[in-house]
Amino acid sequence: MGELAAFMILSLVTLIPAVVVVTSSNIVRAALSLVPTFLGVTGLYVMLQAEFVAGIQVLIYAGAITVLILFVIMLTEGGTGVRTRQLNDQVPLGAMAAVWLAFVLIVIFTRTGWPTAAGVLPAYNVVAVGNAFLSDYVLIFEVTSVVLLVSLVGAIVIARRED
Amino acid sequence: MQVGLSSYLIVAALLFCLGLYGVLTRRNAVAILMGIELMLNAANINLVAFNRFVAPAAVAGQVFALVIITLAACEAAVGLALVMAAYRSLETIQVDEINLMKW
Amino acid sequence: MLQVAWLIPLLPFIAFWVILFRGRRLPGEGAYVAIGALGLSGLLSLVILGQVMFGGRYQATMVWATMGDRPLAVGYAVDPLTAVMLFVVTVVGSLIFIYSVGYMHGDPRYPRFFAYLSLFAASMLLLVLANNFLVLYAGWELVGLCSYLLIGFWFERPAAARASMKAFVTTRVGDFFMFLGILLLFFTVGSLQFDAVFAAVQTGSLAGPLLTLAAVLIFGGAVGKSAQIPLHVWLPDAMEGPTPVSALIHAATMVAAGVYLVARTYALFFSSPDHLALTVVAYIGGLTALMAATIGIVQDDIKRVLAYSTISQLGYMMLGLGVLGYTAGVFHLMTHAFFKALLFLAAGSVIHAMNTNDIKEMGGLAKVMPVTYVTMLVGGLALAGVPPFAGFWSKDEILLEAYHHDRTLFYLGAAGAFVTAFYVFRMIFYTFTGSLRSHTAHPHESPQVMTVPLIVLAAFSGVIGLVGAPWPLVGNMFHRFVHFEAAEGVPFDLRFAALSTAIAGAGILAAAVVYRWQLVSSATLRRVLAPAYAVLVHKYWWDEFYAVSVVRPVVWVAQQLRTFDVYAIDGAVNAIGVVFVWLSRLYRVFDLYVVDGAVNLVGWLAKAAGGRLRHVQTGRAQNYLLVIALGVIVLAVIGLTR
Repeated sequence: MGELAAFMILSLVTLIPAVVVVTSSNIVRAALSLVPTFLGVTGLYVMLQAEFVAGIQVLIYAGAITVLILFVIMLTEGGTGVRTRQLNDQVPLGAMAAVWLAFVLIVIFTRTGWPTAAGVLPAYNVVAVGNAFLSDYVLIFEVTSVVLLVSLVGAIVIARRED
Repeated sequence: MQVGLSSYLIVAALLFCLGLYGVLTRRNAVAILMGIELMLNAANINLVAFNRFVAPAAVAGQVFALVIITLAACEAAVGLALVMAAYRSLETIQVDEINLMKW
Repeated sequence: MLQVAWLIPLLPFIAFWVILFRGRRLPGEGAYVAIGALGLSGLLSLVILGQVMFGGRYQATMVWATMGDRPLAVGYAVDPLTAVMLFVVTVVGSLIFIYSVGYMHGDPRYPRFFAYLSLFAASMLLLVLANNFLVLYAGWELVGLCSYLLIGFWFERPAAARASMKAFVTTRVGDFFMFLGILLLFFTVGSLQFDAVFAAVQTGSLAGPLLTLAAVLIFGGAVGKSAQIPLHVWLPDAMEGPTPVSALIHAATMVAAGVYLVARTYALFFSSPDHLALTVVAYIGGLTALMAATIGIVQDDIKRVLAYSTISQLGYMMLGLGVLGYTAGVFHLMTHAFFKALLFLAAGSVIHAMNTNDIKEMGGLAKVMPVTYVTMLVGGLALAGVPPFAGFWSKDEILLEAYHHDRTLFYLGAAGAFVTAFYVFRMIFYTFTGSLRSHTAHPHESPQVMTVPLIVLAAFSGVIGLVGAPWPLVGNMFHRFVHFEAAEGVPFDLRFAALSTAIAGAGILAAAVVYRWQLVSSATLRRVLAPAYAVLVHKYWWDEFYAVSVVRPVVWVAQQLRTFDVYAIDGAVNAIGVVFVWLSRLYRVFDLYVVDGAVNLVGWLAKAAGGRLRHVQTGRAQNYLLVIALGVIVLAVIGLTR
């Protein structure tokens, strides 16, 4: 019972601010609403016994990315308080697409018989993740590092002032 | 009542559709990026949930989730840099007003 | 050395190409190359002449092509006749080449002149060396080509251009007959080799009227080349060429080719029934000798006097050959080559000094041009037939043969001999004695490069006749060297020699009476002999005769053809053109409205469709993303409902 209640609460904490994120006409409010959504997702990770991913989620999303977005808003027109129209002219179609897709996805997920396997996660799965990264997935790890480096340099080059 | 795989998937689907709605309807480039972040999070929930319920012994789902988080950070950095550059040269970040390349 | 006889024509031929392409960059602007090449050929010819004298003979043949089952061979042969001709052509030619260095000095086409001269010499040498009709004919036509190029060398002058064409066309008429004759021989004998043809004549497989016909046809070529009646008209006009060319044509190369041809194919003529072909040759030669000589009396152009003299002397050679005097004819060919070259070069020297050809403008040149005077006098004496100069021995022999063969021919020849002596000394008296009649000219002796060849030629003209003189003990050396077995010559007759000397002396005396001592004024002679004078001045109306009989009908026919061409053929062509223009106008309408319409319709369709469809491309990523999302939904629904 307790687990279900926790799941419901975390789901709502995730989804309600997400609605604000996509609908609010105040861009700063939308950006700040990202924080509870990311934290809700973190809670779901904890429930799924992925503590390391949850920690990273907090650090990267709730910390770094949200702050980065807020910075950009401040550096562009968003921070000047200028009120402009935030939604374009395909709101009805977009809403329809989103609702129908949600409906279709829910139908698929409920009708599909998932091959759930009984098993136990490694007790301290940071070690397991670390081992996986440096053994089976070392190529992905290295490529990701390169992508990180390239995007770092690219971001600097693009955002740099021309003078 | 045990919380099953489907529950997590449904939450992820709803989050994904909210993100999609944001991406489709927002004019502000930063807001579109925020929608994309929501969609990435939904995908991550799926990966971790599958890891938990389908193959608990392996940690492949978590590994991929971590990689996606890294790439999301990259995407956010580059995307926001582009927004900055666009704002500097065009004085706007409303995507439907950025039409220099349109015929 | 006989094996390398092919080098003799090849050397000048190479010189021709070298000069043609290198021209002014060569030493002496090409002149030294030409002289060197022909000089080497001359040395080679001398060696070969020596070897042939001691019995050397050589012949080489190579099959060039096969026509059906009949091989066409090329080759060369060296025998006494060839050796003599090689000697004459190369020696006289070399001297003329050297003389040309001075005469043509400063001409804008100086190297080309020597190129043509070299080709001329090469062609003649090829002709002489040939051992079959094919090679001979090739050389023959090359000689014709060179004469055309050289007579028209100063083609800026209309007279020269006309003269070159006249020479070419007139000789072509003769060549045509010769070609027919060669074809006749080829199809009756099956070979063009001289040996094969003569063997056929010997065995009798070629005999009777057919043989006579072949011989006369071949003689047609000789008539054209050697300017015999009735194809002699080109030669006086050929004087429009530079004087060395005249000398070369008249002495060594072109006109000698005709006589050489008859001598070379003498077996054909000799074997024709009753010597019919030879009689034709003799009468044409005799008539030509007298007629051309008489025309020579009234010519005032120094070169034309010599031109008619050449025709006349060629007539003598033909006469000699025709009256079975084979050796006499060939001997006269050789001596004539030397003294006629001498006379022409001396005349050239005079022209060089006076800048005019008219002997009436000249006079008293003996004092200012002693070398030219003496050499020309030697040439004149040789031509007139005064012993011991070259012309005497050969002409005397011809007259002797004629006397024993046919009296009519003898009288023709004797009259010609008298007239010859008369006109040549008329020319010499006009030119060198008395006083200068032109007041604008400042005559002077020619440079050494011109006088030295004159002296050499004069020396030859003086002594070359002696090889045919009836020496005690050895007899007539030339006769022993060049002779035709069946036609043995008549032995030398001292009384006859005295007679022919007297004829020449009478001619000289008559000329002296009229033109040196002026006991009888030439004007009085003209008045008294008015009808004869008119005939001579108009050259027996040969040119007029051709104008009426050949030129005018041909022009008339050409005009008729032109009318036909203009109205019938051009009309038909134009009608076809008009029809096609109308057709193409129709096609143009079709093209404009149907073809172009279809093309434009396709283009318009594509453009219109593009105009409609381009609205799909909004350029906004969110629209595309929406479509993708809807597409995913549709796919998912399809997947679910299936």
